[in-house]
Amino acid sequence: MSANLAEGESRLLYPPPGLPPGGDGGASAGPADEDLRVVAARHPGRWVATAVVGVLLAMVVSSLVTNDRWEWDVVARYLTWPSILEGAWATVRLTVTASVVGFALGTVLALMRLSRSPLLQAVSWAYTWVFRSVPLLLQLLLWYNLAYLYPVLSLGIPFGPEFLFFDTLDLIDKFWAAILGLGLSQAAYSAEIVRAGILGVDQGQHEAAASLGLPRHRQVRRIILPQAMRSIVPTAVNEVIGLLKGTSIVYVLAYGELFYIVSVIYGRNGRVVPLLIVAAIWYLALTTLITVVQYYVERHYAKGALRTLPPTPVQRVRWELQVGFSRLTGAPVPDGVPPGLAARVRVGRWVAPRTTPTGPTGPKGGAA
Amino acid sequence: MTGGLLEIRGVHKSYGLLEALRGVDLTVRPGEVAAIIGPSGSGKSTLLRAINHLEKVDRGFVSLDGELIGYARRGNTLRELTEREILRRRTRIGFVFQNFNLFPHLTVLENVVEAPIFAQGRPRTEAEAEARELLARVGLADRADDRPRQLSGGQQQRVAIARALALRPAVVLFDEPTSALDPELVGEVLGVIKELAGTGTTLVVVTHEVGFAREIADTVVFMDEGVVVEQGPPADVLDHPVNPRTQAFLEKVL
Ligand SMILES: Nc1ncnc2c1ncn2[C@@H]1O[C@H](COP(=O)(O)OP(=O)(O)OP(=O)(O)O)[C@@H](O)[C@H]1O
Ligand SMILES: [Mg+2]
Repeated sequence: MSANLAEGESRLLYPPPGLPPGGDGGASAGPADEDLRVVAARHPGRWVATAVVGVLLAMVVSSLVTNDRWEWDVVARYLTWPSILEGAWATVRLTVTASVVGFALGTVLALMRLSRSPLLQAVSWAYTWVFRSVPLLLQLLLWYNLAYLYPVLSLGIPFGPEFLFFDTLDLIDKFWAAILGLGLSQAAYSAEIVRAGILGVDQGQHEAAASLGLPRHRQVRRIILPQAMRSIVPTAVNEVIGLLKGTSIVYVLAYGELFYIVSVIYGRNGRVVPLLIVAAIWYLALTTLITVVQYYVERHYAKGALRTLPPTPVQRVRWELQVGFSRLTGAPVPDGVPPGLAARVRVGRWVAPRTTPTGPTGPKGGAA
Repeated sequence: MTGGLLEIRGVHKSYGLLEALRGVDLTVRPGEVAAIIGPSGSGKSTLLRAINHLEKVDRGFVSLDGELIGYARRGNTLRELTEREILRRRTRIGFVFQNFNLFPHLTVLENVVEAPIFAQGRPRTEAEAEARELLARVGLADRADDRPRQLSGGQQQRVAIARALALRPAVVLFDEPTSALDPELVGEVLGVIKELAGTGTTLVVVTHEVGFAREIADTVVFMDEGVVVEQGPPADVLDHPVNPRTQAFLEKVL
């Protein structure tokens, strides 16, 4: 008996959910429980809901297929059209560059806001105030017209001599006007996200870092920011997705990003809806990509915050398949599958006596 | 390790209208172990934080081996140190927190080597070798690659002690190192501190464990309402307290 108990977590399932606890003395004590059948719980409400949603889904799919006004052939043709691909690539470039500018500047603004200098605090506050208040569309047009205000930009000593001169029109083309508009306003939002993340890190962490005498920049970069990232990442990804879609506003500058290209094409051929669908599919695909990246970034920063990391989707699918295979064939569950999942092999099937070495959850070998 | 001489003179500290410290005087000689006891809110933590300059004092001064903490003295003027200088001096003082405050995203070894490498500029290989020695000393040689949350509270606090010692400090300050622990984990942490008490490092331990204070302390300091009320060898302060406030406190905790 004691040897039996030492063997396995697989007994955690007992008594089965349906049995009254201790109701059957014979079943809960002796080896008789080896022959019990485990039956999954029934969820009639869930079945009804599933059926309703299933029907609705079928209706949607059928209308998509049968209504030929969607013009799926046109959609398919334009989906990988060279200029569409170029537009999608331009959208990616805008999103990435503006995100980098936005979050780099946002982090600086957040640190300024948290610094002890009243001037830095005030400047950071004022920046956020201005750039959050002025509509993005207006900002974009203003940056694009910077040459009107300052025809020549120069580099030199403040209020002193200047050495390098640039023609504003050369320096700020449509792309950089768009980056200035998107990135600078993104920085205002990012600053608040980063600041909230830093404030969320336990005060004790700041104190421990300070008490060890770590240089200030090391405290921030090594101790505080990595922990702040845990709360920053989900919101930041939201912002990046917003930015991805927000790049479509750049069409006012006639810059060749996805939405502008699409509108040019349907302006010529009149296939408005299919081309809008093409753009939608691309935005969907890019957003999906960002979401996948988010999953792994979050996992990275969860290190240490959780005792054990949750499995990746790939691991989860593999384990489910292995457990399913074992349920069908009675083969032993491979090593590496978590015991909690492996125990599911027993649900809905007769459990082989534990003495059988090849039993589905039996311990490896005869060591016990 | 050689211990430092810690001198605290007339230290005052207020939070708004509340005076947490109202003129604290205390000397801890090199290698001495001082245990600070006293009721909740009496200013024990505030005093430790002032010693480490985590808290700036309003009046008075703290010095370690004659060097003022937080200020440089030239003739009769005190110049406030820059943050960089304060950080550098702080590496001579180890601090062990009540809640450990280990860095959860770093491994145990990374926690211990961070400050020797990046605050003291010691080579990584040397710092890691010494960190492993320290971890062995606190009985955690095999947990170097785990992360703090995978350890028990007692183990975490022992890592925190190793982290503080990695700076080779002249003084180590402990703020109620066992009060966040389950009773059965207290012993292992007190054991590590006791072992440390024999090595010549100056220790200042705020504790609620009167028995422990009696066992390891050379001096017991009783604080109440922001001042040191009574201090002396454990046999005097704990067994024959002179001050009525000390008597009342000890009656309650014993
Ligand atoms: N950051 C702070 N802001 C305002 N008041 C504070 C702060 N820190 C401490 N105090 C107050 O100062 C007084 C002394 O606090 P301190 O933490 O030093 O007490 P303590 O002796 O360590 O108590 P305990 O045994 O409960 O830890 C208390 O009245 C406390 O409320
Ligand atoms: Mg305290």
